[in-house]
Formats: sequence, C-alpha cells, structure tokens
Amino acid sequence: MKLTLRVWRQQNAETPGAMATYEVDGISQDMSFLEMLDTLNEELILAGDEPVAFDHDCREGICGACSLVINGDAHGPERTTTCQLHMRSFADGDTIDIEPWRASAFPVVKDLVVDRSSFDRIIQSGGYISAPTGTAPDAHATPVPKPDAELAFENAECIGCGACVAACPNGSAMLFTAAKVNHLNVLPQGAPERETRVLDMVAQMDEEGFGGCTLTGECATACPKGIPLPSIAAMNKEWLRATRKVRR
Amino acid sequence: MPDYTHYATGEPVVDTKAPEGPVAERWDTRRFQAKLVNPANRRKHTVIVVGTGLAGGSAGATLAEQGYHVVQFCFQDSPRRAHSVAAQGGINAAKNYRNDGDSIHRLFYDTVKGGDFRARESNVHRLAQISVEIIDQCVAQGVPFAREYGGLLDNRSFGGVQVSRTFYARGQTGQQLLLGAYQALSRQIATGGVELHARTEMLDLIVVDGKARGIVARDLVTGKIDTYFADAVVLATGGYGNVFYLSTNAMNSNATAIWRAHRRGAYFANPCFTQIHPTCIPRTGDHQSKLTLMSESLRNDGRIWVPKAKGDDRPADQIPEDERDYYLERIYPAFGNLVPRDIASRAAKNVCDEGRGVGPGGQGVYLDFAEAIGRMGRKAVEAKYGNLFDMYQRITDEDPYTVPMRIYPAVHYTMGGLWVDYDLSTTIPGLFAIGEANFSDHGANRLGASALMQGLADGYFVLPSTINDYLARNPHTEKVDAHHPAVAEVVAETEDRINLLLSVDGDRTPDSFHREIGELMWEYCGMARTEDGLRKALAKIPEIREEFWRRIKVPGTGEQFNQSLEKANRIVDYLELAELMCLDALHRAESCGGHFRAESQTPEGEAERRDEEFSYAAAWEFTTTGAAPVLHKEDLVFEYVHPTQRSYA
Repeated sequence: MKLTLRVWRQQNAETPGAMATYEVDGISQDMSFLEMLDTLNEELILAGDEPVAFDHDCREGICGACSLVINGDAHGPERTTTCQLHMRSFADGDTIDIEPWRASAFPVVKDLVVDRSSFDRIIQSGGYISAPTGTAPDAHATPVPKPDAELAFENAECIGCGACVAACPNGSAMLFTAAKVNHLNVLPQGAPERETRVLDMVAQMDEEGFGGCTLTGECATACPKGIPLPSIAAMNKEWLRATRKVRR
Repeated sequence: MPDYTHYATGEPVVDTKAPEGPVAERWDTRRFQAKLVNPANRRKHTVIVVGTGLAGGSAGATLAEQGYHVVQFCFQDSPRRAHSVAAQGGINAAKNYRNDGDSIHRLFYDTVKGGDFRARESNVHRLAQISVEIIDQCVAQGVPFAREYGGLLDNRSFGGVQVSRTFYARGQTGQQLLLGAYQALSRQIATGGVELHARTEMLDLIVVDGKARGIVARDLVTGKIDTYFADAVVLATGGYGNVFYLSTNAMNSNATAIWRAHRRGAYFANPCFTQIHPTCIPRTGDHQSKLTLMSESLRNDGRIWVPKAKGDDRPADQIPEDERDYYLERIYPAFGNLVPRDIASRAAKNVCDEGRGVGPGGQGVYLDFAEAIGRMGRKAVEAKYGNLFDMYQRITDEDPYTVPMRIYPAVHYTMGGLWVDYDLSTTIPGLFAIGEANFSDHGANRLGASALMQGLADGYFVLPSTINDYLARNPHTEKVDAHHPAVAEVVAETEDRINLLLSVDGDRTPDSFHREIGELMWEYCGMARTEDGLRKALAKIPEIREEFWRRIKVPGTGEQFNQSLEKANRIVDYLELAELMCLDALHRAESCGGHFRAESQTPEGEAERRDEEFSYAAAWEFTTTGAAPVLHKEDLVFEYVHPTQRSYA
C-alpha cells in the first residue's frame, strides 16, 4: 500500500504546531497502525529528520498509552486502541490525518504525545479503596453477588487512554471518572468511602479543566473498552445521593 | 583483551539472611530477627523505588503507608501503564477454596519442581505462604476477580499443576491487580507519602562508600539529567526479554536499570534463564514490532495439534480427526495440554522442525476450540475467553470460533535477574531488587500465574518487612549531594554516554541494531542452544557493539523529548547484557527448564539436568565491557523437594 500521511508536528508545549505531509510506500495490510508509523520514522531518521513522537508501549491494547486521532476519530475507524488498529482498515492510496488528543486538559508534549496527568490526579482525589497492606480480612469474608462483581469489572476495564475526552465535543472526562466511581462504589469494599469518593473525584475533574457533559455519547462510542454510557448516569445518581447525604 | 569466555570463578556467594530451621518457620523467624525502625523515625528515611508495576507499585504504596518517604519513578506517562498491566491469565494462591488437595506445601512443591530445581527453597516457600494474603489484600482493594453465583471467588487451572488455584479477572488479571496497586499508590501520592516522577528514566545508580545512595535519571520531557538521593534504592524495573527485540514485553520495557546496577557491582544471576511462552500469535512479516501473547489459560479448554503428515497444507477443517496429532496429549497424557511452558514450547518447536507446522512459513501449531465449543457451547467459551478471542481476531483477521487459532512460542519472561538474598538485597548494600528484576523464585522455569504472585509478594509483603532491617542498621547520618565526587563521576559518565550517542551521526537507526541483536539472540540463545551456536553469538556481539558506536544515528538533541535517544541508550545495555546471557548459557552445559542445551537431553528429547555439576545459581560479577566477568556460585540445597527428572507424562 502507498499512503499519504498528514501528521501534526509540534516541537513542544510552548511552540505552535502544524500539519506536515509525508508519503509512505510498501505498507503491508498486516501491519498495525503503529508499525506503519515505525516505518515512516525509520525513513525520517535516515533522512536526518526527527521522527514523529507518539506514545505507545504494550501494543496489545491494554496499557492505554497510544492516543491518536485518526481521520478525526479517536483511535481511528475501528472500535479498538490505535495499537490494535491494522492497515487492512485502510485502502491503497488513502490520505490519513493523524493528530494528538485535543483537549485543554491534555496539553501537547510533542507531536502526537499529550500530558494526561490530569487523569492521575482524578484517581488520586478518591479513585481508590483505603485498604493499607496487611489489614485485609479473608477474601471470602464478604461474598460479592456475581452481577455486582461483573458490573464492577465492566467499569474497571477502563485503560485510562483518554479517547473519551478526545472524542467529546466538550472535552469532558465524565466517562473516565464514572468508570472508576462505579467500579468501586458498586462493591461492598468500596461502601465506606462511597460519598467522599464521588464528590472528590467530580470536584477534581472540574478543577482540571475538563468540560461539562451534555450526554452526546461520543465518549462511549470511542471507548476501546466499551465502558457503557449509562455509567455516567449512575455516577450522577451517586453524586446526587452523596450531596444529600452530607457525611463529609 | 582476554577472551570473554575465559572467566574466573570467585568466592561462592551465600545467602546469609534466610534463617535455619524448618522451612515453614523461616519467614516468621526472619521477621522476628529483623530490626525495626520506630514509626516516628520512618519519615526521616527516604527510599527510592524505580518502576511502578506490580512489584514497584505495591512496594511504594506499602512503604509510604508505613511512614517512609518514597520517591518513585516510571518512564511511562502514568504509573498505571507499567507492563504488569498486560498479564492476562491469573494469579496463584494456595487458598484451597476448591478443596482439591491444595496447600501451601503443594504450591511450594509445584513451584520448585516447575522451576526444574534451580530456585532457592526458602524463598519459594515464603512465596507460597504469602500467596494467601495477596488475594485477601487485592479483594479488600476492590480488585474485581471473577466470582461464582454464590458470590465467592472462582478459580481455574494453569500449566504444570493438577489443582485449581488460579484467581483471575477475565483475561485482564494483570490490569486489575495493577490498578489495585496503582490506586493504593495514588492514595499515597495524594497524602504526600510518595513523590512520583513520571516520564523519568533511571540511567545509573549512585554508589557511595559501597552503599546504594541514589540514582541518576533523565526527565524524558525536558531531557534534563538529575540526581536523586535516598537511604536505600529499590529496583522494580522488570525483566530483560526485550533483548530479543521481538517478545511479548511492552516496547519500552528495558534492562537499563538492572544492567547499570550490575555494572556498579550488583551480581547478575542466571541470565540465560529466559522463558519462551508457548502460546503467542505468530509473526506476520519483517515489520513486526512485538509479539502478542494468548493467555496460557486457553490451554484449559483449547487442544493443541498439528497434522500427522509433513507438509499437509489443507485447511484445518479439511484434516480429518485421525490425521491430526494432538501431540501434547499423546506425549504427556497426565498433564496433556497443561504441561509447563518450557515443555509446551519445545514440543511446538520440535513438530515445526519436523515440517509439520501450520500457517505461513510452517511456524505455528493449532490451538483448537471446536471440542470446547461443542462441549460447553459457544456462549460459555465466549464468557471465559471472549476478550482473548477478540484480540486474536483483530490481529490476525481470522475468527477463532470457526478456525483454530495458530500459535507459536515467543520470548515472554526472564527468570534470571539481579542476584538477591532472602531479604531481596542485591550484593550492593542498600540496593534491593523485587519482582521480575530479581532472580530468586522461579528457578529455570516460571509456572503460569506465578509472576503476578511474586511481584505482589515482594512489593506488598517481603520488601516492606526486610528493608526495615537495613534502614535500622544503616542510619545514614552523612548526607550525600550532587557535589560528592562519586556522584559527580556518575553524572559525568551518563552525560558523556548521551552526548556520544548524539554525536556519532552514523547511518543506522537504533531499531536496526535492536533487530540485529534480537535476531542473533533468538537464533543462538533462544529455544534451543548449542555450544557451537553460542560461541558464534559471542564472537558476533562485540562486532555489533563496535559497529553500533560507529554507525548509530540519533537525530535531535538531548535537551528535548527524544524517543530515538531513549531507544539507543537502552540498546547500549542490551549489547552488553546479550553477551552475558550467551556466556551463562555456554557455561551451563546442562538443560534445565527454559534453558535447553541440545547436547544435554534424554533419549526422549527431554531436558536433562546435571545436578552434580550445576545445582547452583550462577551469579556474575561485572569487570569491564567486553572482558570476562567473574562467576560466583550459590549452591542450592534441597531439603524438602528432592530433585528428580521432571515428569509430566
């Protein structure tokens, strides 16, 4: 396959960026999207240019590092992570636009790499169960109904990639935050911190500059792990319940 | 320069920390003997933890909970992305919730036997004991393990054992356990107990007066090289499988932290003990950047086979049942498809070498779920393995519900690593190594679902107990800072190395060298090794190293985000580590576990151990680049699990 790539290049957060055009040839359908970019980068290095910077690590769709907007879609045309997108999803001769996540809470580090530490700070504000090492009772002391365990798991699958934010016209982090709130609040172990968790995490999310939610649903469509949209409704319910209960 | 293979044998290395007495009591005894640090004094101690995977994340969180000041590093943008996240299958624990005859002693026995009698009994027994607490801890943190309808935890079986002791969270157990540790760590970051430096990579170790006192690290965003100081340093930086270029490791997993520590005096043990995982997706071409694992749990229900006839290239569904060779079930009827990884990998290689492999290039065997779908129904198979099947389909464009999966072995894990004693201390006082970065628990072969167990055992329970003893005995009153001559020297060396990489301006990319060394290692130090091949590799590696420093091209500068520079700097260390791996493989003229020397096999083609000569851990001491290291042997004593030829037939 022969492709034309239009790639966002930006030296660092302080310098303005622009799209640059590159041609790549000899691309195999079996390549992953990132292997296609590897090919481009090898050529750029040999030509004495700086390769395109992009975040990536596991390349199995689980670490959440990769983060490209491809032809306007977070993670591209398939419902998966960029690293699991393969070139068979494109046709010979295609022009492909490649941009970083676009959200004010995710400033660009370089080229296609963005700073997602705002997500970490949301987790730090309450996305945990306080269970210091050594304090745990036997694992079978508290049975968890299977449906609850599965609902918790479904939300816990979030890989923190940020596609939800990138896809949202408001740059909202509601789906990310809701996934963690629901994962922990649905479990009996998470009950003691149920109210403070949702209140603190939502407050931190707002502080980080993420936009509000207007239930557009783009987040759940872009999510490579299928975190369901109703998680947002469930979090709103938790938040309302917590504000009324005022146990702070 | 004298020949690299003419190494000297030095004094034996001895684990002085494991107490005497019955193996089941040693951990309690050690914890009682160890000195403690008064809770009020702990905040005065700083501990550096490098890495935020299962071992590092859990250690950082636990040390901070105890009151220590933790300074922690990860090269990823977030601690949640450490490669532990990718572990699929599960975590072992001797809970005996199935009432199927499991016990701490059985997990201990299985692990020592599975490691082909090259692990230290004291450590393995402690691991089995702690396994039980790990599950409790993780459940308390909200890790959503699979459950049964009654609300209790579900279990499954893994290779090399005949009980069901593996706890799991669909095919994402590593992710869920890591998020548990990450969340515990996040809680400590919020309280100020942990000072986290993300996108910061350790480039060297600072040793002052023979003790580890800090690290040199590079901020990957600004390129700034900085020093960090502490009373003790913990390396939780994972394994070195990426020396093979193609492996199931994440692209950025690397050996730099442990290799630099080795160069500063930490012995490196059993570097040739690498694990080749039997069930990975075969490579599709030269563009391949990494390999993807298909969880071992698939072998619970999938059946592995190849055609009986050589060169049979009919599609799988046109090969009748009686023309298929379910070779694992045939050769190992007792364990069938659930033999340990080293055995399954070698068997796959053998049938492919016979010309019976399937798929492009004949480098694959079938993993077939037709029987399972017939027995359990498609729905049940989907519930158990759905996400793995989806991943397979995305990568190969084939539907594993209708066409059998094709799998082939790939590098997955490294049992070798920095030598540590019972306290997980390396040979440099104040430097500890935990998780895959150390060598201690898996011998020559790791059993499935034991890596997660060991990472969390080390991080949550072992290190936080044993490090107290070191800190209590070594109250560092003299402060070390950047002006200390020993520190200035390390920083200068690091800066020189970075500047040299940037200044060569040759005509080959970092990846081209990584591929070259990787292919060489796979060829000569992979699934089967021979004296002849290893000597060839040992002759070639210095040539590649010389060429590297002549022809490497790293664009850009050191004062910026520069991924080519990161890569090139890691390859510098692979080019030395590869040499040690080959030497270790050459010197160990026996087969054991993942280390298969073609010269040492039984008439049936199984690995043949030579206990009289090799019942020891080989701990290597660095001298200088390209010069022979010094071998220190730690004799292995087996009081409880008597070494026998492993049999899974």
